[in-house]
Amino acid sequence: MTDVLGLGDDALIAAQRLAQWCARAPELEEDVALANIALDQLGTARLLLSYAGEVLGRDEDQLAFLRTDREFRNVLLVELPDRDFAVLIAKLFFLSAYQHLRYGALSSGADERLAGIAAKAVKESAYHLDHSAQWTVRLGDGTDVSHARMQAAVDEVWPYTHELFDEVPELRAPWLSTVDGVLAEATLTRPQDETWKPGGGRQGVHTEALSYLLAEMQVLHRAHPGARW
Amino acid sequence: MSEWPLWEVFVRPRRGLSHSHVGSLHAPDAQMALRNARDLYTRRQEGVSIWVVPAAAITASSPDEKDAFFDPAGDKVYRHPTFYEVPDGAGHI
Repeated sequence: MTDVLGLGDDALIAAQRLAQWCARAPELEEDVALANIALDQLGTARLLLSYAGEVLGRDEDQLAFLRTDREFRNVLLVELPDRDFAVLIAKLFFLSAYQHLRYGALSSGADERLAGIAAKAVKESAYHLDHSAQWTVRLGDGTDVSHARMQAAVDEVWPYTHELFDEVPELRAPWLSTVDGVLAEATLTRPQDETWKPGGGRQGVHTEALSYLLAEMQVLHRAHPGARW
Repeated sequence: MSEWPLWEVFVRPRRGLSHSHVGSLHAPDAQMALRNARDLYTRRQEGVSIWVVPAAAITASSPDEKDAFFDPAGDKVYRHPTFYEVPDGAGHI
């Protein structure tokens, strides 16, 4: 069941990070697009957490609002702070390329309930991948400044992508071929696979960023436990 | 505020016959205009068709010339195809 909970947590934390861009994106149209993607992620998170919750005996709200950081199973990639727009795009690009493959594989899996959720999510992740790949190319192949910042974002986030494939090592090769194509078009250099491969998110060992994120996300629910909204 | 050019958006609904103008938006190029139009005007429903056109590419008739452009035909009834008997069997004409 870690599987479903982990995927749900990935989507939930990614949605929370994306929502922080609301009214802060560089352009109005981009603001709408990011909110759109955040809503897609949140929708998938609700389906996955509801499913995980049935097995664990808790509902989606209890799972989202009443767990501590040590109980969250998301990968570290989604909880990292978005220092600038390039970091947001790098994270979204790597995540959605992974989610697209992962949901695609799960949609034909043996677990029918999970396959149904994944079939819904795979269409959305295709759009997320398209959007973030577009921006990776635009920024990478844009001005000198945008190129430098996009390359810095890719370099910064790259070590965290290894954790995505802890459970599904077979997906890394197709993921790399997607990512390599876009990075090449964006005139960006793929970072070396150095020895530093931070992980632990799936076991509940997170960066310090998650605690702050959860504090903000959960404050009201914790102040008024059991209230109806 | 924005240096992005203006685009006009035309959408054909899933069961619609023609594209209708639905609004405008700013985008750096046609590809991003299409994607923004999908977010803003179609909510990504499957099966719709979207056209985007740079607003600068559209030539509009001038409001000042409205009379000269559209009026003369109005009082010349022979210009309108209303003198035909339409057989009952022919619908949608």
